[in-house]
Amino acid sequence: MFATKSVADDLAGAAPIKGRSLWADARARFFRNRAAVAGLIVLMLVTAFALIGPFIAPWNNEDIDWNVLGNIIEAGRPSLESGHWFGTDPVGRDLFARTVQGTQISLLVGIVGALISVVVGTLYGAIAGYFGGRIDNVMMRIVDVLMSIPYMFVLILLLVVFGRSLLMLFIGIGLISWLDMARIARGQTLTLKGKAYIEAAIATGVRPFTIILRHIIPNLLGVVIVYATLLVPSMIIYESFISFLGLGVQEPLTSWGALINDGASEMNNGTLWMLTWPLFFFVITLFGFFFVGDGLRDALDPKDR
Amino acid sequence: MSAPLLETRDLSVTFKVAQQGGWPWSPPRELHAVKQASLRLEPGRTLGLVGESGSGKSSLARAIVGTVPVSDGQVLWRGTDVIGMNAARQRAHGRHVQMVFQDPLDALNPRMTVGQIVAEPLRTHFPDLSREQIRRKVGAMMERVGLLPALINRYPHEFSGGQCQRIGIARALITEPELVVCDEPVSALDVSVQAQVVNLLQELQREMGLALLFIAHDLSVVRHISHRIAVMYLGRIVETAAAQELITNPRHPYTKALIASVPIPSPEAERARHRPVLEGELPSPMAPPSGCVFRTRCPIARASCAEAIPPVTHIGNDHHVACPYHSETAPPAQ
Repeated sequence: MFATKSVADDLAGAAPIKGRSLWADARARFFRNRAAVAGLIVLMLVTAFALIGPFIAPWNNEDIDWNVLGNIIEAGRPSLESGHWFGTDPVGRDLFARTVQGTQISLLVGIVGALISVVVGTLYGAIAGYFGGRIDNVMMRIVDVLMSIPYMFVLILLLVVFGRSLLMLFIGIGLISWLDMARIARGQTLTLKGKAYIEAAIATGVRPFTIILRHIIPNLLGVVIVYATLLVPSMIIYESFISFLGLGVQEPLTSWGALINDGASEMNNGTLWMLTWPLFFFVITLFGFFFVGDGLRDALDPKDR
Repeated sequence: MSAPLLETRDLSVTFKVAQQGGWPWSPPRELHAVKQASLRLEPGRTLGLVGESGSGKSSLARAIVGTVPVSDGQVLWRGTDVIGMNAARQRAHGRHVQMVFQDPLDALNPRMTVGQIVAEPLRTHFPDLSREQIRRKVGAMMERVGLLPALINRYPHEFSGGQCQRIGIARALITEPELVVCDEPVSALDVSVQAQVVNLLQELQREMGLALLFIAHDLSVVRHISHRIAVMYLGRIVETAAAQELITNPRHPYTKALIASVPIPSPEAERARHRPVLEGELPSPMAPPSGCVFRTRCPIARASCAEAIPPVTHIGNDHHVACPYHSETAPPAQ
């Protein structure tokens, strides 16, 4: 009797035991997934390439190497001696520097697009789903209308009318990227709304927006994060397609899409490196994001496997 | 009799249900979950609310707590109408009325720690409290409901069902409410844990002077904890009386059938007794029977039952019944 009492006292006096949150569990599951971890490492290497690349590149991405200009096939091929590690493009600019620069733009476009969709789409969907009724109807019909407009057409129009600029590209991609996310967030919110802890919060007198921020959004995040990682590559693909059409970022800036376009048009001239280098980075990054997204889905939602 | 803490007068809850296969603009059908329910609850007392599933117990409770809109009638808190209050005052009123839920795990946000969950009502109603004050109060409340305060940073999924229900009770009591609405708080729990939770609620009631509205479909749990019992059938309160009176002297045929359905833990006694078993299903609340809602399953129903809704009459000893033929017994089985 006394012994149990003292044990209980010890326990009661002890420092609070740190609980393992659902996030901590998910992190452990994620790091057990080899493909996901490999994808994460690839992504980190690509990011490092984009960030450190400019400092180690012997050439500037804008400067033309006049020595190779007349003889790209021989002098412009990838070599360590000339300093053109990835070779040069058809006008003699260093492909390494240009790939680094394209990686920066493409990653930026992907991440900005995904961020807009996470912030705007999640809030929009959660608000529509939580309040329901007429508010929900109006908000989701707006999404339907925006979705029914062919986005590529709008994006191309935007770039043609307002001029090709990075800002316009972000606006155009931001406009379309959040629509799917809003639908997903709304659907999830509808299921969460029936949970008793939401009712408990309402009964206690918590304000509606506090409920959305405190109870709904944290429980949405699992789904949202997974979808966002899968959204980054599709944003990169959008941008690449736009650049492939020649409407993306302006020279001397470039992106993976623009580089691949340039390389593809030179394919028959025996300068295949112009295509393979940007394509290589494009492909491994997409794979990286897909693996990480898969890993996150399995980690955050183990029931759905 | 002291002044009522809570009183409902002819409270009705109606849900609009979209017609299946209808146009978006076709008018929704009405589901009468609660129809003209009148209840009184004195401070520090327990009112048990029983009835089979679908009888509107939970809807009545939610209307009192304010999470479901009231379509008609009044909810009076110490004599003032709660329904007419503006949104901000209704939220402030939430401090006095708290709720304990049926599924303990479903009632706790899985992304929040126990400390955050229990502290939420405090943070809502007393925003001036410092972090340290909140922590101390939460710790004291956890200890009070039988949880180690050291577990404050744990997450709900790390607890058993009974422990989760204790967390739910701690959250309900942290603002020192005067009324706690318990919506089947023990029906999802193991029998041995049920007794613990019921006893905990009784202890807390004595200590803090709580009034309880205790909902259950299990009459044996309700009779143990309640001072008064109200019986609901298809959205209407058919009988109310003091707990002992209702159990020993049930007057409404539905209450009689309900009491007869409670098993006696002795096979001989169980075999020996006469059990009027209810036939059929609960009618749809979308299209309730005319007149007395119970007449479709009632053993003493007659033609006149279909004509008018039987009024609730006082038959002495603070016993109210909504059946004009309450003094008759069931006819012998053919």
